[in-house]
Amino acid sequence: MPDPSAPALVVDGLTVRFGKRTVLEDVSFTVPAGGTLAVIGPNGAGKTVLFKALIDAVPYEGQIRWPPGTRIGYVPQKLDIERDLPITGWDVLRAKATLTGSAPSDVTSVTGLVNLSPEVVAQPVSTLSGGQFQRLLLGFALLGHPSVLLFDEPTAGVDEPGEEGLYDMIARLQDATGLTLLFISHELALVYHRADRVLCLSRGRRPYLGSPIEALTPERLQVMYGTPLRFHDHDGHVA
Amino acid sequence: MTAMSPDALVLPLCMAVAAGLVGCFAVMRRMTLGADALSHVALPGIGLALVLGANPVLGGVTALVLGTLLVWALEHRTQVPTEAVIGVVFSAALAVGSMLTTGTELIEALFGARRLPGPWETGLGVAAAVLVVAFVLRARHRLVIALVSRDLARTAGVDVARLDLLYLLAFALTVALGLRYLGVLLMGSLIIIPASTARHVARSLNTMFAVAVGISVASTLLGTVGAPLLRVPAGPLIIAIAAGCFLMSLLWRRT
Repeated sequence: MPDPSAPALVVDGLTVRFGKRTVLEDVSFTVPAGGTLAVIGPNGAGKTVLFKALIDAVPYEGQIRWPPGTRIGYVPQKLDIERDLPITGWDVLRAKATLTGSAPSDVTSVTGLVNLSPEVVAQPVSTLSGGQFQRLLLGFALLGHPSVLLFDEPTAGVDEPGEEGLYDMIARLQDATGLTLLFISHELALVYHRADRVLCLSRGRRPYLGSPIEALTPERLQVMYGTPLRFHDHDGHVA
Repeated sequence: MTAMSPDALVLPLCMAVAAGLVGCFAVMRRMTLGADALSHVALPGIGLALVLGANPVLGGVTALVLGTLLVWALEHRTQVPTEAVIGVVFSAALAVGSMLTTGTELIEALFGARRLPGPWETGLGVAAAVLVVAFVLRARHRLVIALVSRDLARTAGVDVARLDLLYLLAFALTVALGLRYLGVLLMGSLIIIPASTARHVARSLNTMFAVAVGISVASTLLGTVGAPLLRVPAGPLIIAIAAGCFLMSLLWRRT
């Protein structure tokens, strides 16, 4: 189990520019080991770009510090897989297992964790439904025992009851292994219940970091999204 | 040694195995047109070698390696898609090569020669084929992940730029293997056609490898053995057989 006082990630003054367009400006935050950070904000606020910077897939200014030995599992929001690619779910999972030195039994156990049947995993990836493919990507991310999971949640794809199940499974993994979770979500009720800290990104405004209760107030949501926004949590409370 | 002796089949068969395997990723990486054009860069090298009185295959290999490094550098520096870079650079190479190489030499460089390779050329060719096959089999996991997503590959610890370069070099080496036998035009076809056929019928990576290599080897074998009987050059016959397999695969419906 990681030391909860030690940060799993420190981001300091992160700025990402594409040409003359600034997508993220001066973003700073820390995620404690084993913690759960939700990233919210309207479309175009730079949530996915933030994750891409964290995995070093886009050029950035500022500092991103992962402690040595950090293993990142990344679940992208969407991938455009070419039709008719003769690559099965097994091909993709076995590839990751080989690269991370995982045992073949690990592949079977992650497919169980993400609730994918062997018949589905044996299909070419291009024939999987959006939800099945998302689960496969989550299984891919979990192979190799990541210490941090970056989960860019799809707006469509995983059906809602299934989605809750996936978050329950991730929460169990966090309890068991001290996994640190960073997730992007549009489901504010989910963010309210699952996150310890919420990072609010909004184009042209300074990012805000706070607890779900501090971050998810109607006033702040209206400023961030530019429109009145309310959500109902599962206990019937209205924010 | 005649064209029918088992010795004469060693290099073509090694070339066929390498072409089948390398072609699978060329087809899946959407390099079909670019890959064909990439083979053209050998032409100015062959032309220059002939002008200087050097070994034409060596000239072709040198040009292929330099061209590959150029493509890789342009792609990573300019963000222009590989397909566009390869298309422009190597169409220009074909033009320059045609000016340097003339007459029979040009035809042989484009479509392959009947002359058999010497022992050292066969030895080097077999070694190169083994190198290409070993690379594709060893790197297949990294290549598969990079194919699904370059971002996922990065998080799995894959150096994507280095992998791109190594793959392009393996491709160039495979083209070089067929320079003497099939020529620069037809070798591109032997890389692309069996793999395209395999992509059409296969549902998993291993099946795709098996079908592509199977068709590539069978076409090369049948073409080499059948050419003297039909009194046609082996190269075009090999490609015609491979193309016939592709047409037959269109009738095949995957279940």
